[in-house]
Amino acid sequence: MRKYRKIWEKLAESVLFSSSTVTSLTVILIIVFLWREGVGLFNSKPVDKGYVFALNQANPVNTLSAKQLKDIFNQDITNWKEVGGANDTIILLTINEIPNYFTEEEMGTDLENLPVLIDRLILENSGAIVFISENYMPQDFHGRILDVEKISLKEFTFGTEWYPTAEPVPLFGVWPLILGTLLVTLGAIVFALPLGLATAIYLAEVSSFRMRNIIKPLVELLAGIPSVVFGFFGLVVLVPLIQQVFSLDVGETALAGSIILGIMALPTIITISEDALRTTPKSLKEASLALGATRWQTMVRVTIPYARSGITTAIILGIGRAIGETMAVLMVTGNAAMIPTSFLMPVRTIPATIAAELGESPYGGLHFQALFALGIILFLFTLIINFFIELVKGRKHIKTL
Amino acid sequence: MAMTKKRIIQKIAFSAFGAVSFIVVAVLFIILGFIAFKGAGVISWEFLTAMPEQGMTQGGILPAIIGTACLMVGSMIFAFPVGVLSGIYINEYLKDSFFKRFVRMMTDNLAGIPSIVFGLFGMALFVNYLDFGDSIIAGSLTLGLLVLPVVIRTTEEALKSVDDSLRVGSLALGATKLQTIQRVVLPVAFPNIITGLILSIGRVSGETAPILFTVAAYFLPRLPNSIFDQVMALPYHLYVLTTSGTNIEESRPMAYGTALVLILIVLLINVMASTLRKYLGKKVKMN
Repeated sequence: MRKYRKIWEKLAESVLFSSSTVTSLTVILIIVFLWREGVGLFNSKPVDKGYVFALNQANPVNTLSAKQLKDIFNQDITNWKEVGGANDTIILLTINEIPNYFTEEEMGTDLENLPVLIDRLILENSGAIVFISENYMPQDFHGRILDVEKISLKEFTFGTEWYPTAEPVPLFGVWPLILGTLLVTLGAIVFALPLGLATAIYLAEVSSFRMRNIIKPLVELLAGIPSVVFGFFGLVVLVPLIQQVFSLDVGETALAGSIILGIMALPTIITISEDALRTTPKSLKEASLALGATRWQTMVRVTIPYARSGITTAIILGIGRAIGETMAVLMVTGNAAMIPTSFLMPVRTIPATIAAELGESPYGGLHFQALFALGIILFLFTLIINFFIELVKGRKHIKTL
Repeated sequence: MAMTKKRIIQKIAFSAFGAVSFIVVAVLFIILGFIAFKGAGVISWEFLTAMPEQGMTQGGILPAIIGTACLMVGSMIFAFPVGVLSGIYINEYLKDSFFKRFVRMMTDNLAGIPSIVFGLFGMALFVNYLDFGDSIIAGSLTLGLLVLPVVIRTTEEALKSVDDSLRVGSLALGATKLQTIQRVVLPVAFPNIITGLILSIGRVSGETAPILFTVAAYFLPRLPNSIFDQVMALPYHLYVLTTSGTNIEESRPMAYGTALVLILIVLLINVMASTLRKYLGKKVKMN
């Protein structure tokens, strides 16, 4: 009987132990799977599988970056010397333009003559660049295949253009999305911090017990409202309001996102700051009051400085909440992937990009991988935020007095 | 004179803080009031029990309600046992050690990960790698992992509030550690644990980003047959009606109704939690 009991105890403890490892395992698995799905991006060339860029044999250009190719096919670059080649006008040919070059008769009913025609075109034009499926590559090809640069981490992080589905080459520049995320978050904190802190101070120091019992549950209720409801409210009320007040063409702006996110970050800031303010020892406050300071002076010189690290934690957690928020931002910010220059412009954040595009990106493709890479960036943001919180926690707050 | 000046400053400052608090509360009431005002007329028995029709501009939202209910239950079946057991282990078994700090840190980390990253993860692991496809089980597990830190933390808090003398007394009477936890600690902490559970159910009901790519269906006017079925869900349905429905203008009333139903669920859950809390006269941190 005794023995049986002991085994049972051990068994229960191991079950409890395994449960406690689930969170750690999940964090590790999240890292593993984001990495697994996302990292392929940096080993790939930004060209659809089965497609190539064909050049004239004499063309000295060996490799081009995605950005250069995009400029060439948008005809922002029209001469090979701009990308390090000879002084020769660029002649473009993509699938869509084939009818401009060859007649249907020439190509044949099943396009069986197309490879030969393309080969001839490349042979005759020293400045030609042809974007074509490998299926139509000539058997006996007289040109060269252009090498496209792999997507680099630098290009991904600091690239300024996000055109994930562009033809012939997609561009994955995350910089506008990072800036958009930071701008909206900054706005949210600027909006939420004074409101949140003032409310926290009111609840902790000023309000009567009864008042606090009314306000506190309401703040908690605010925390419970789903983000999609905030987004909906923002879209039907705030967005038209902003459009009218600032007489804009569209009301979906960084400002709308900041206000909605600010409201959403309020409960976090209020709850944690209030808890922090309440940790100030009574003896400190009473000593201050006994020395003749008013309640206001005590608050400004004693309570708030004492609670500084807690308030900082509240701000950082508020930032964390705002950075990762998806649905509300997706619904009110307009989602234009441009580098934002003002709060009255549409912006696009990282979470909104993932939410909006993952459903349409083919599994395992470059776009899919790029969105997982965005997930990695978001994950890194949260790691940085957690690091700062640990840093603040580690500081002895009594020293700040 | 100086004294009165100080007093005046204090008076002004305190009134300003009070005013700001009322603004915050007013914002809440504006949001709730607006949606209640616009949505109240839409909600009817038919709205709650019929399938969506006419490109989601008519009919009801039954499949979304059922879908969200499935996800709430499914995620709790996973998160509740794992979270409570984990909380018990952390609070009752682990001494202050590196491992304890590590587990706490990882739980905090998990709590800080944005919900859309859970969506990516759920898609990569459950939908694709384990090949569940877009399904209730994939969505429930994703949501379960999302609320796991909340369940763990509330369990820990609830256990911490149990007086140590109870544990010592039980052990002194010859009970084993497990018996003490089962018969003494858990019964005392149980109400607070349940409050935490209710609050995490609320969180599950409103999350959209984690279910986008793991379970949510754009339009699926039938009820699920198995845990491997896709379902509609209230928050995603609201998103669809608002931004990508077939006729956004005409489906606006449906959107107001759906938003109101979502808010009512959250309200109901908060009222349940706070009644329980008041009834038991104990405090559990809501977060």
